[in-house]
Amino acid sequence: MPDPWQLAQFAAALLAVDPEGAGGVVVRAAAGPVRQRWLALLRQWLPADCPWRMVPLDIPDSRLLGGLDLAATLAMGRPQAERGLLATADGGVVVLSMAERLSPATAGRIAAAIDTHEVQVEREGLALRAPSRFGVVMLDEGLDEDERAPAALRERVAFEVRLDDIRINEAGEALFAAEETARARWLLSDVTSTDELLTALNEIALRCGIQSLRAPILATRVARASAALHGRVCPDESDLMLAASLVLGHRATRLPVNGEPDTTPAMETEPSPPPNHDASHTDTGETPPASAQQPLAMQDRVLAAIATALGPEVLASLALRGQVRGAAGSAGKSGQQHSGGARGRPMGTRRGLPKRGERLDLVATLYAAAPWQAWRRKEAADTARSFFIAREDLRSRRYRQRSRTVTLFVVDASGSSALHRLAEAKGAVELLLAECYVRRDQVALIAFRGTAAETLLPPTRSLARARRSLAALPGGGGTPLAAAIDAAAELAAQVQRSRATPLVVFFTDGRANLARDGSQGRSAGEADATAAARQYLQRGFGTLFIDTSPRPHPRAEEFAHQLGARYLALPHADAGSLARLVQHSSEGFSPR
Amino acid sequence: MQSTFPFAAIVGQEEMKRALLIAAVAPGVGGVLVFGDRGSGKTTTVRALADLLPPLETVAECAYRCTPTARVGLCGRCQAGEAGARFKPVRIPVPFVDMPLGATEDRVVGALDLEQVLQNGVRRFEPGLLARAHRGFLYIDEINLLEDHLVDLLLDVAASGENVVEREGLSVRHPARFVLVGSGNPEEGELRPQLLDRFGLSVEISTPDDLPSRLEIIKRRDAFERDPAGFNAHWSRAQARLRKQIAHARELLPEVEVPDAVLEQAARLCMQLGTDGLRGELTLLRAARATASLAGELEVTSAHLREIAPSALRHRLRRNPLDDAGSAVRIERGMREIWPA
Repeated sequence: MPDPWQLAQFAAALLAVDPEGAGGVVVRAAAGPVRQRWLALLRQWLPADCPWRMVPLDIPDSRLLGGLDLAATLAMGRPQAERGLLATADGGVVVLSMAERLSPATAGRIAAAIDTHEVQVEREGLALRAPSRFGVVMLDEGLDEDERAPAALRERVAFEVRLDDIRINEAGEALFAAEETARARWLLSDVTSTDELLTALNEIALRCGIQSLRAPILATRVARASAALHGRVCPDESDLMLAASLVLGHRATRLPVNGEPDTTPAMETEPSPPPNHDASHTDTGETPPASAQQPLAMQDRVLAAIATALGPEVLASLALRGQVRGAAGSAGKSGQQHSGGARGRPMGTRRGLPKRGERLDLVATLYAAAPWQAWRRKEAADTARSFFIAREDLRSRRYRQRSRTVTLFVVDASGSSALHRLAEAKGAVELLLAECYVRRDQVALIAFRGTAAETLLPPTRSLARARRSLAALPGGGGTPLAAAIDAAAELAAQVQRSRATPLVVFFTDGRANLARDGSQGRSAGEADATAAARQYLQRGFGTLFIDTSPRPHPRAEEFAHQLGARYLALPHADAGSLARLVQHSSEGFSPR
Repeated sequence: MQSTFPFAAIVGQEEMKRALLIAAVAPGVGGVLVFGDRGSGKTTTVRALADLLPPLETVAECAYRCTPTARVGLCGRCQAGEAGARFKPVRIPVPFVDMPLGATEDRVVGALDLEQVLQNGVRRFEPGLLARAHRGFLYIDEINLLEDHLVDLLLDVAASGENVVEREGLSVRHPARFVLVGSGNPEEGELRPQLLDRFGLSVEISTPDDLPSRLEIIKRRDAFERDPAGFNAHWSRAQARLRKQIAHARELLPEVEVPDAVLEQAARLCMQLGTDGLRGELTLLRAARATASLAGELEVTSAHLREIAPSALRHRLRRNPLDDAGSAVRIERGMREIWPA
C-alpha cells in the first residue's frame, strides 16, 4: 500500500484528471506547509488556464450565485447582471476555506449546482442560468469528529485526504508531471467501464456499510480516471483498488465484511500496489488481468487493502460504532448542523436607514427609486445626473437575530440512575423535543455512563436524529458526573459562540461515583463533581437539575445549587408531568 | 442544457414514482414531498418527471398560461378578453420550474421590471417564479433549507392559488396554481407542520440495500454518463409507454367511480389513525382515483386505497413523540384493523 502522502497525491492527481466527475475532495488538515504543498500539486496538475476560485466562508448569495451589478446598472441605466463565483468557476475548481464552518444553506446552494451542472439565479429581478461544472476542494480544519464540512457536500465529493499526520519532510516529490494528467484528461473519454468493475465497487461499498449510491458511482468515475492516468482504456484491478481505498475507505461505517468466512488467503495474496506510474503508460489496451478471475477473491483483496489503508485506530472506532449504534448505522455519523454565520439569515427589507445590525439594501433602494426617476429629473432640471435617490427610497435589509435557544439534555444513563428512571427521562426528553421542534429551537444530547460523557447529538433541529440517538441509548455502569458537567460546559460554550442561548437540563440523581481520572469511589467522584460544578457555575449558563432518583436526597438539591441550577425533584412523576415542569421552568430563562 | 435521466430507467423506488405519476395525472391531489437518505435518487427522479408530462393547452402569448376554455381564474388580460387572445389556443410543454435556494423574494413573487422603469419610466410587472409555475410544477430541492420568509410566501400562495403582489407601487394579482414538489433529507432539519400540510402525498425513501438492484442502478447511471444520447434512445420506447399511460389515465380520471364501501373504508382508516381534519380523507380518495386511472380501471377498489394510503396519510398523523413506531408502522397497524388479512 502506498504511504499516506502518496495516497493524498493520488487523490490530487485523479481530481485534476476529472474535477467534475470526482466531485472534489475534503482536505482535512490544519493550515500549514503540507496542505500548501498538496494544494500546489493539485494546481500544477490541473490545466494551466483552469479557474481556481476561493470562496470565503461568509460569501453572500449575490457573489456566490450572481445578481444585479449595481455599478454597471446605474451607469448603463439598464439592469446588468453580475456573474456569481460558481458560474465563473465553470470548468475549474472551487475552494471552500474553513469548510467545517460552512452553513448548511450555503452548502445546499453549492450542492444544487453540483447536481444540475449549472447555477440557476432567481435573484434581484434576474432569471439566469449558467453552466457550472466544477470540482470542490473543502479545506476542513475541524478538530474533532463533530466539526466537519457539511454532510451534503461531503457526500458529493469522492475524496477525503487527511494530512495532519504527515510531516513536511515526508511530503516528498511529486508522483506525476503535469503532462501526465493532461494526457489522462484527453484519454478519459475513451476509458470504458466493465461489469466486473461496477459489480466489485458496488459489493465493496455494501460490505463496508455504505448506503448512499453516490459512493460507488463516484468510485467508478475515479477508477476510470485512474485508468486514464495510467494510460489504460480499460480499468484494471489496480484502478479498482485505488478507487476503493480513496473513495470508499473513509466512508465505511462498519468493518468490511468478507464474503468468504476464511480471510487469510486474501491477506496472504500480496495486494498489488497501485502501479508505479513510470511503468504504466505503455500498456494501453491491456486486458484487465483480474476481471476474468473469481470476482469474490478480488474483492476480498481490495477489502484487505482498504483495511490496511484505514489503519488500526479507525478500524477500532468502526468496530465500536457497530456495537453501540447497531441498526442506526449509517445515520449516526452524518451531518452536523452548523450554527451558520454570524450575519444571520436575511429576513426581508424595510423602509428607512439601516439601524443596528442592518445593512443598506442597495438593490431594494434602487427598485424603490426607479419609478420616480423621470419625474425627479424633470423636477431637478438636471439631465446630467443619471440617477436620483431620495431619503424615502432607502431600504434596509434586516437579518434574523440569532436568539435561538439550544437546549442541551445531559442524561444520566448510569446504573445508579435506575433503569426505569432512564425510560422516563427518555420520555420527557422526547416530549421536550417535540416542543423544541414547534418552537424551531435546537436540541443537543449528552449522555454519561460507564467511564465517560459522550455527545450523542450535536445541536440539531432534526427530531428524527434526536429520537434515533435517544432510542439507542443504553443504560448501566458508573456515574461520571464530573465528566458530564465538563462536557455540558464545553458544548454550552460552543453554543454561545455560535450566538445562541444554551439551556442545560441535567437528568441525574447526582450520585457521582467516578472521578475524572477514572478511579472508582463515591468520595473521589463527588469531590471531582463539586470541583467541576464550581467551574461550571462561573459560566452562568441557564441550568435545570432534574433529580431522577426515586427518593430525592437533600444532597442532590445542594449539588444543584452548586451548579447554579434550578432544582426539580420528581419522585413519582411520569414523563408527561416532567416535561410540563421543565417546559415551565425553561420559560423563566428564555428572556435572557 | 444537459439531457435528463429517463424516468423509465429509474430502478425501484416504486412509492416515489407512483406518487409523482399521480401528481402528473391529477394535479388536484396536491403535490408530492420526497424525504429520504442522501444518494437515493430523489432529485434525479423528480427532475425526470418533467420529460413525461403531456403538453398543456393555453392561450397564445399569455404570460400566465390561462386555459382557453376557462371562465374563471384567468389573468387580468385574458379576463378582459384582450385582442381575442382567448380564442387562440396553443400547446406548450408543461412548466416545470426549479426554485433554487437563495432565490430572492422579488424573483419568487415577481417585481417591478427594472429595465422598463429605468429606460422608459414605465412601471411594469415582471412575473416571478410563481407565475411561471402556474398550471405546472414548482420543484424545491432541499426544501427544509428554504429560508423562512420564502416558506411564508409559498404557504400563502399554495393555499389560495393566487399571488397577490403589493410592492414598489405595484398592485398585481394573478393566478398561481401549481403542483408543489419538494425533496430533502430529514437529517438537515424538518419542515414546518404548515408546509407539510400543503403536500398531498409524502413519500419516504431509502437507498436499496440488495446487491442486484444497487448494481443495476450503478450500471444504468454509468451507461447514461458515458453516452446520454444513446441511453435515452434505448429507453425512448419505455418513456413513450409511460407518457401514454399518463395521457390515458388523465382521460379516464373524470369517470373513475368510488363505491360507497370504499368511501367508508377510507373514512374508517382516517378515523382510526386520527388524522387531522378532512384533508387527509379527501387526498386519500383523490389519490386512490388517480391510482385506479393509472391502472386503467374505472372503479376504485380497496386495493387502490391500500396502495396509496401510506403516502397520503403519513404526514398527517398527529405527532406523538412517545410512540416510538414510525408513521409508516402506525399506518400499517391501522390498515390491518380495517382490512384484516
